[in-house]
Amino acid sequence: MASAKQVAQSAHRKDVLNRWLLSTPALLIILFAAVGPLFIVLLYSFMVKGDYGDVKFGQFSLDGWFNVFMQRDIFDDTLTINDAHLAIFWRSMKLSLTTTILTAIFGFPTAYFIATRSERNRDIWLFLVTIPFWTNLLIRTFAMQEVIRNEGVINSVLKWLGVIDQPIQMMYTDWGILFGMVYVYLPLMVLPLYASMEKLDFRLVEAGYDLYANSFQVLWRIIIPIVKPGIIAGSILVFIPSLGAYVTPRVLGGGKNMMLGNLIDLQFGQGRNWPLGSAISISLMAIVMLALLFYVRNATSSGARHG
Amino acid sequence: MRDTKEAARGVAIDVRGVSKVFQGTGQDRVTALDNVFVTIRENEFFTLLGPSGCGKTTLLRLIAGFDFPTEGEILLYGQDIAPLPPFKRPVNTVFQNYALFPHMTVGQNIGFGLEMLGKPRGETDARVDEMLKLVRMEELKNRRTSQISGGQQQRVALARAQAPQPKVLLLDEPLSALDYKLRKDMQIELKRLQNETGITFIFVTHDQEEALTMSDRIAVMSKGKILQIGSPRDIYDRPAERFVANFIGETNFLAGAIESTGKGRAKVRHGSGAILSAALPEGFIDKKNVTVVVRPEHAQISGVRKGATLKGMLENVVYFGTDTHFHVRLEDGAEFVVRQQNKRGIASGLTAGEAVGIAIGEEAAQVLRD
Amino acid sequence: MAKRFDIRRQWGFTTIAMICFFLLYLPIITLVVFAFNSGQSLAVWEGVSFRWFVAAWNNSQVQEAAIRSLVIALFASTVATFSATMAALATTRTAPYRGLTFKYAFINQPLMVPEIVTAVALLIIFARIKVWTGYSGLGYLILAHTAFCIPFAYLPIRARLESMDLTMERAAADLYATPWNAFRRITLPLLWPGILAGFMLAFVISLDDVVITEFVKSGGQDTLPTYMLGQLRRIITPEMNAISTVFLVISVLIVTLFFLVSRKRA
Repeated sequence: MASAKQVAQSAHRKDVLNRWLLSTPALLIILFAAVGPLFIVLLYSFMVKGDYGDVKFGQFSLDGWFNVFMQRDIFDDTLTINDAHLAIFWRSMKLSLTTTILTAIFGFPTAYFIATRSERNRDIWLFLVTIPFWTNLLIRTFAMQEVIRNEGVINSVLKWLGVIDQPIQMMYTDWGILFGMVYVYLPLMVLPLYASMEKLDFRLVEAGYDLYANSFQVLWRIIIPIVKPGIIAGSILVFIPSLGAYVTPRVLGGGKNMMLGNLIDLQFGQGRNWPLGSAISISLMAIVMLALLFYVRNATSSGARHG
Repeated sequence: MRDTKEAARGVAIDVRGVSKVFQGTGQDRVTALDNVFVTIRENEFFTLLGPSGCGKTTLLRLIAGFDFPTEGEILLYGQDIAPLPPFKRPVNTVFQNYALFPHMTVGQNIGFGLEMLGKPRGETDARVDEMLKLVRMEELKNRRTSQISGGQQQRVALARAQAPQPKVLLLDEPLSALDYKLRKDMQIELKRLQNETGITFIFVTHDQEEALTMSDRIAVMSKGKILQIGSPRDIYDRPAERFVANFIGETNFLAGAIESTGKGRAKVRHGSGAILSAALPEGFIDKKNVTVVVRPEHAQISGVRKGATLKGMLENVVYFGTDTHFHVRLEDGAEFVVRQQNKRGIASGLTAGEAVGIAIGEEAAQVLRD
Repeated sequence: MAKRFDIRRQWGFTTIAMICFFLLYLPIITLVVFAFNSGQSLAVWEGVSFRWFVAAWNNSQVQEAAIRSLVIALFASTVATFSATMAALATTRTAPYRGLTFKYAFINQPLMVPEIVTAVALLIIFARIKVWTGYSGLGYLILAHTAFCIPFAYLPIRARLESMDLTMERAAADLYATPWNAFRRITLPLLWPGILAGFMLAFVISLDDVVITEFVKSGGQDTLPTYMLGQLRRIITPEMNAISTVFLVISVLIVTLFFLVSRKRA
C-alpha cells in the first residue's frame, strides 16, 4: 500500500506531465516558427555572405557585425564609420522615442476622457478607439498617405483656405513618417492607459482637491503616479513596434528615409548581405530586450501588474 | 439505549493520523491538519465544528478526494481511499457556494452524477423526479440554475449530491450564505433528510448553535487539531479544553488547585478557599493547578447565606427578556456570570452592589485538560 | 447658475481627446469616401460611383490574393486556437510549477519581438528548407501565421479560463465525471466564448499581417495586404480605396463580433 506522500507525489507528477503534454503543440509551433529562427539569425550574423544573397554555410566571419557600424573602404582598406547606418540608427531611435512621447501626450487625455465617461458610454468610446487599432496597418498607412500627400487632404484644405500657395512637403520626410507612426500607434498607447485609469479610484482625486490641490497638481501628483503602470505599458507597446517599423517608413518615407526595418530589408534584398542584415536584426532585438527589461523592472517595482 | 444503538453502527469513515501540510513558496509552511484521528459511524450526522482556518474544510476535501494527505490514511468502510480520485469515491459534496453548473437546468444538474455513472436515461429521469419531490422543487425542473434564488440553489445542490445515493454526504458550510430564517428552516430540513435517507452526513460549520441543534456527534477543531469529540450534550456540559468551553456557549472559568481525586471526580480548592466538586475530563494528566468551568445557567444565585459555594459582589444585572444575567465579582477578583430564566412578574430581588452567594451543584463543574 | 465642479475635469483634456478622435478617423473616412469617387483621383471628388468596387471585384489578382488571405487565415487561426486552448489549459488555474513562467514567456514571445526580425528569421529558415525539399507552397505562410497567432488566441482564452472557478470541475469530479467528461461537459461549454473570441482575434491578426507575409512569401503568393503594398508603388486609383474599404468593413465586423462574444457571460 502506497504511503500518503507517495500517492500525493505521483498524482502531482502526473498532473505536471499532462500539462506539459498539453502545451506541446503550441510550444513546438512557436519553437519552430518564432523562437528557433531567432537563433538562426544570430548564427547567420556570424557567417560569410554569399555572392547572390544567402550565406556560405559553415564559413564564419565577423564581417556582418563589423559592417553594422563600420565600413572598410574597398580601395585603400581604411576604416571609417558607416555614416549611413549610423544615421539610420539615429533616425529610428529619434522617431520611435518621439512617437512614444507624442502618443503619450495625445493618448493620455484621450484615455482619461474615455475613463471618465459614464459606464454605458464608455464602451462606445472604447469601441471607437479600437476600430482603427484593428484596421490593417497598411490601410492606415495608406490612409495617412492620402492625408499628407502634396495633393492630399491637408494640403488641399490649406490651399483652399489660402494659407499656402505651394503644398507642404510631408511625404518622403521624417515628419511624414512621424505623423504616420503616431497615427498608427496611438491606439496602442490609449488602451493600456485606459486600463490603468479605469481602476483609478476617484475618491483619491477628491481627497486631493479636499487638501487644497489645484487641478494641475492633482494631475501631476496624484493621477499620473497612480496610472504610471499604464503609461509604462503603453510606452513599451509603442516603442518596440515603432523601433522596428517597416511598412510605415517604406510607404511614407520612400526609399530615402530608412529606418532600421528598411535597412534590414535592404540587406536581404538588393544589398545581398544576409549576415549584415542578421547582425542589424540582432542589434534591434538587443535594444528591444533592454526596453523590456526596463519595463519589467519598473512594472514590478511599482508593484503593478500588466494593465 | 443510545449507546448500544451507536455501538451497533458500522464505521463509515476512519481517519487515521492524517496530517496535511501546505508548502507555500519559499519558507511558508502551513500545517492545516495535525495528526487527526476521528471515526465517523454509519448513518450519523457528524459535524466538524471550528473557527475558520481550523482545518475542517481541509479534512472534508481530503475525504472528498480533492487533495491528498501529507501523512496518514483515510478509510471508507475499511478501504483506503487515498489512491482513489474523487470521481471514483462513493462520496458526494454539497459545496459552500453550491457550484451549480450554470449552463444546465435544475433537472440536468441533479441528474449529472447519474449520467456520469452511466445509468440509463429512464432511471436517471425517475431519480431526478424523486429528488425534486424530496426537496420540493418539482416545478423548477427546467429552470436555469442562474434564475433561481439562493435558497433554491442550495436545495438543488443538496438534491444533486444525494441523487447518486452516495454512502457519505459531505456538506461544506452549506447554510452560511442563507439568511437567518431560511437557515433555521434548512437546518430542520437537513436533519429530517438525514433521518429519512439514513446517509452518513459529515457537516462542516463554524456556527456552534447549528452544530448543537443538528448533530449526533460533534468534533471541535482548532488549528488543525481535533480537541474533543462527543455528543452535543457532552461537548456542552463537559468541555474538555479551554478552547471548546469558550467556543461553545458562554462559560465561567475558575482557577483552583486539586486537593484530591477519585472515581472520575476531583475536589478543587478555589482561590477563595471554597471547595468545588468537579468532574475530570478524559485523558486528564495529573497536575496541581487546574481550571474549572461552570456554565452560567448551571449555577444559582441568591443573597448571602450559608451553603453557597462562592461569595462575591453583584456588579451588574442585565435583563434579556428571556433571562437575566448576573455579573458577580468574586473574592479573588475574577468575574462570574449567572444566568437565570425569568419567571413572569417575579423579579430576582437582587440589586447591584449587594453581596451575593453562588451555588454550584456537583454536576455543574468540569475540570479542563489544559 | 454656477457650473458644478467636476472633480474629473482636467483642463483641455476633452478638447485634445476630441481632436484625437477626429484625427484618428479623418484618414479612414477620407479613404472610404473616395472609394466611391467616380473620378480617378484620390483627392478630387467627381461624384458617387461604385465602379471601383466593381473593378476590384473583377480584378483577378485581387481575387486570388483575397482567397489566399482567407485560406491562410482560416488554417492558421484554427490550428492556433487549438494549440492555444491546450496551452491555456496547461498554464492556467494551477499552482506554479517548474517551467510555467518559461512556458508563459515562450508562448507570448511573438508579441515581444519586432515583426521585421521574425520576418527575416523565417525568410532565412524557409529559404534553406525550400532548397532542401523543393516545397514552395502555402505551408510556410500558414506555419508562420499560426506561430504569431497563437499568443493572440491564447490571451482571451486564458482570461476566460482564469475567471472560471475550479469548483465547477471539482463538483463534476465529485459527481463521478472522469477528467475527460468533466472537460467535455463542464469546462468546454463554459470556456467556449473565450475560444471563439481567441479564434476571431487570431483570424483578424492573420488577415492583417503584412511584414512577415511579405518576407516569407514566394513569388506570386500575394495576400491582400502584400498585394496592396506592391500596388502602392504604382499609380494608385480609388480601386485601392475600394479594396481597403471592404477589408475595413470585414475587420470591423469581426471585431464587433469579438466584443459581443467577450461580453457574454455564460
